[in-house]
Amino acid sequence: MKRLFMAIAVAGLLGACSESNPDANQYGADPALPAPQRGLLPSMTIAEPALWGDQRPTVPEGYTITAIATDLKIPRQTLVLPNGDILVAEGRGGGAPALKPKDVIAGRIKAQGNTSVESGNRLTLLRDTAGDGTYKERTVFAEGLNAPYGLALVDDKLYVANQDALVRFDYTEGQTEASGPPVKVADLPSAINHHWTKALAASPDGKYLYVGIGSNSNITERGMEAEVDRALVWQVDADTGAHKPYATGLRNPTALAFLPGTDQLWAVVNERDEIGPNLVPDYLTSVREGAFYGWPYSYWGQHVDSRVRPQNPEKVASAIAPDYSLGSHVAALGLDFSLPAMGPEFAEGAFIGEHGSWNRKNPVGYKVVFVPFRDGRPAGPPVDFVSGFLGADGKTRGRPVGVTVDPRGALIVADDLSNTVWRVSPRR
Amino acid sequence: MAVTVDHVARARAIHPLHAFLLAGSVPLFLGALLSDIAYARSYQVQWSNFASWLMAGALVFAGISMLWALIDLFRTGRRGNRPLGYFVLLLSTWVLGFINALVHAKDAWAMMPTGLILSVLVTALACLAAWAGLSTPRAGGAA
Repeated sequence: MKRLFMAIAVAGLLGACSESNPDANQYGADPALPAPQRGLLPSMTIAEPALWGDQRPTVPEGYTITAIATDLKIPRQTLVLPNGDILVAEGRGGGAPALKPKDVIAGRIKAQGNTSVESGNRLTLLRDTAGDGTYKERTVFAEGLNAPYGLALVDDKLYVANQDALVRFDYTEGQTEASGPPVKVADLPSAINHHWTKALAASPDGKYLYVGIGSNSNITERGMEAEVDRALVWQVDADTGAHKPYATGLRNPTALAFLPGTDQLWAVVNERDEIGPNLVPDYLTSVREGAFYGWPYSYWGQHVDSRVRPQNPEKVASAIAPDYSLGSHVAALGLDFSLPAMGPEFAEGAFIGEHGSWNRKNPVGYKVVFVPFRDGRPAGPPVDFVSGFLGADGKTRGRPVGVTVDPRGALIVADDLSNTVWRVSPRR
Repeated sequence: MAVTVDHVARARAIHPLHAFLLAGSVPLFLGALLSDIAYARSYQVQWSNFASWLMAGALVFAGISMLWALIDLFRTGRRGNRPLGYFVLLLSTWVLGFINALVHAKDAWAMMPTGLILSVLVTALACLAAWAGLSTPRAGGAA
């Protein structure tokens, strides 16, 4: 009998060690998907935070990067207003209770890779008064919000996706402070809020708002009941606040954007953890109305996840594969489409902010990549646009979240570890 | 004669707190097993949360008992081989129980069926360890 115990123990430990690295060219429409694996302990590598000091993130030749705002209170997403002002949503949401001893321990470990600054729950406005990209004026546009994340402007209405509600401010150009408290457009699913961020995009005609609502667990471990109205994108009528599911099975759609000149919504989505260093790829996808993208029953089309009970073969059969793999565990949290003002090499495509991995021995992500597009589709592997957040010394100096293209020719990057907003622009 | 037997029994019985922890670990391991069975039958994931915490509690109880048994091992000296067997049983229970706790930390159904199988083995081992630990020589018995 004791030999059996030893066999189980050894098998378990071997499972923990047999992690294959590195990432096997997991980019694009048809990524390599290895068999699921999980040792006795989940792989956890949290890069130790460090200060930037004199260091700066790395940008391509011919580009410069500057910190346009520091000492923010956890900047997540940004919005460039028509007059060039930048709004920054600051805060931290969630607070889902620990269910197992594992949650208590893993939560402590993961917290080491995040900022300890208190949630801002506010919008900060940055103004470049001199027009030289220095943003010397800084005001609090609105405060007392509840973990604001997604931002969208439609004409004179500023929409903010709090972790529990979609709210609206009246906005007039040049305003540095909201004229009053926001009006609620619609309540958003917020029970537990394991994945609390609410991504936001407005349709080009401004009639509809699209809200990305993440799952309430990694893979249903908080129970199926907790997943009602989760892991989907809502279409919300801007006038009435009426909503309907637009696309489902998207585990954690953390950023939404319309491809300029089209009516096509795109999303970056964070996929499930704890089945191996190269599973499951986070992705960039066009969001098809009515489509089901697999979560929780399957991933990348019909790859069944055996951790989900009861299983649902009909749902698996209806699942469609997303468009473009960004690689497993990169944690894509930002998405915006480029414009010719960003320079000829980066004129057409998507910028994607990658917060960086935890569930992987060799960290990945921790950078902003550019996915080139042609004819409205991704065309080619991702290219590093801003990197160096994870230093050669293994320490993390920043973690990118939201990315926003400033039409004047700059990429605005929110960094929620160093609490900085970066601006990357072509050198003139 | 009766006085003598009583004296031997007292000398050999484990400390009341040690006995409390040892015996207490059994219903905790058993509770984890029953919770695993309930999860397997219902797919209600809350049962696996119950199992995880029961297992954690059982490991605390069994762990302290194990340390106590280890110390007793050195204190008892030449008083027979029961303490060694008892310690080995407890050690096996604890090590396998710890592995089981890690298996239970996997998300949702990923803990199955390994977690359930381990819970059966660990519960059986815990019963044997408690039996060995709480057995004291009785008059006319063959302890």
